[in-house]
Amino acid sequence: MENTRQHISIKAIWKLMEEIYDPEIPVLSIIDLGIVRNVKMNKEEIEICITPTYSGCPAMDVISMSIRMTLLQNGFSKIKISQQLSPAWTTDWMTERGKEKLKTYGIAPPLGKSFDTKYLEELKVECPLCHSLNTKLISRFGSASCKALYQCNDCKEPFDYFKCH
Amino acid sequence: MKASEHINQLTNQLINYTLHLADSSIIMGHRLSEWTGHGPMLEQDIAISNIALDLIGQARNFYQYAASLKDGATEDSLAYLRDAHEFKNLLIAEIRNGDWAKTILKLFFFSTYQLCLYQKLFHSADQQLSAIAEKSLKEVTYHVRWSSEWVIRLGDGTEESNRRIKEALANVWPYTGEMFQPAQYETALFENSVGVNVSDIKNSWMEKVKDTFKEATLQYPADEKLWMHTGGKTGVHTEHLGYILAEMQFLQRAYPNCEW
Repeated sequence: MENTRQHISIKAIWKLMEEIYDPEIPVLSIIDLGIVRNVKMNKEEIEICITPTYSGCPAMDVISMSIRMTLLQNGFSKIKISQQLSPAWTTDWMTERGKEKLKTYGIAPPLGKSFDTKYLEELKVECPLCHSLNTKLISRFGSASCKALYQCNDCKEPFDYFKCH
Repeated sequence: MKASEHINQLTNQLINYTLHLADSSIIMGHRLSEWTGHGPMLEQDIAISNIALDLIGQARNFYQYAASLKDGATEDSLAYLRDAHEFKNLLIAEIRNGDWAKTILKLFFFSTYQLCLYQKLFHSADQQLSAIAEKSLKEVTYHVRWSSEWVIRLGDGTEESNRRIKEALANVWPYTGEMFQPAQYETALFENSVGVNVSDIKNSWMEKVKDTFKEATLQYPADEKLWMHTGGKTGVHTEHLGYILAEMQFLQRAYPNCEW
């Protein structure tokens, strides 16, 4: 019985986290981003293990707080949120659904596998607005550490590219 | 010596070592953040602010780890309530930014050092240090790329940019030697497979710097016997650190335990 209850709670918690969004890219849930490592239950205590995207990402504190609030609102009271650094998060952990959502939102999703040195070279990034591949890198760093700034040579619109990381 | 004393001593070395890594990152990060709002153009302003943020994030990871080893310490008390002589950062992190060329060159030397260092620290017997190194490596790789591109652009650019990066080189070079001279805590931890032997990474650092300098049409300083500034790792700093701390720690000193 206890086992079944735990199993149901853990499933429900995973589901709740699909509704917690990244404060800087509000179309992506923390599940889409792939930053939830583990959900554990020890008796009544719930332990959620998350992994930071970038070391200095200011969104992590906000995300921890959102997880706590959501769980509290849903009747869970003993909550522990821990951070795990290794293995380090990579854009490979982002779900396909997440990548689609990014594109619709106007941010070009990460291309290829993380840390493939080939992808650290100049990339053919598709413009999320007009879908042209004729684009150029403006800056390796964009409005957040996870993004680079590109511009489309065809429609001339600047856009963000979520760096493959 | 009793086993327990030996363990205590090693824990102290580990705290010092972790603080040294944290301090170098936070001081470099804080210095770079002075450019926020003053960058030569918007994109570069954003880039250097992002790099500063990465470094401060890496420092937080190290401070949190050091705090877990030290009774009564928190990441905030370690960053905001220690005095200059307790800081163990490299001097290259605290010297003034100067112009864009000097800032870039400092960052390039420092990032290349961090890259070589973290590649080794990744194999540390200490799991947390290894995890922080693994996490930081990807960020540092970007910093090296960005700063080396600027070194090349300035060195192989106009007459003025070339003059400025050469001036920067004369200024910053004497602060590079310290990176490869191990402090006592570094040696002790290296012997226990926890720390990195910094004299070992000198060659790979030199090679990377030489490659970039070649493209930048800059001469790699040949004089091996040139006098180098040292002391940062053991708390002997330039006059600049006090000014940084006065600004960085003001809020916690004036309003203890303030949070927002």
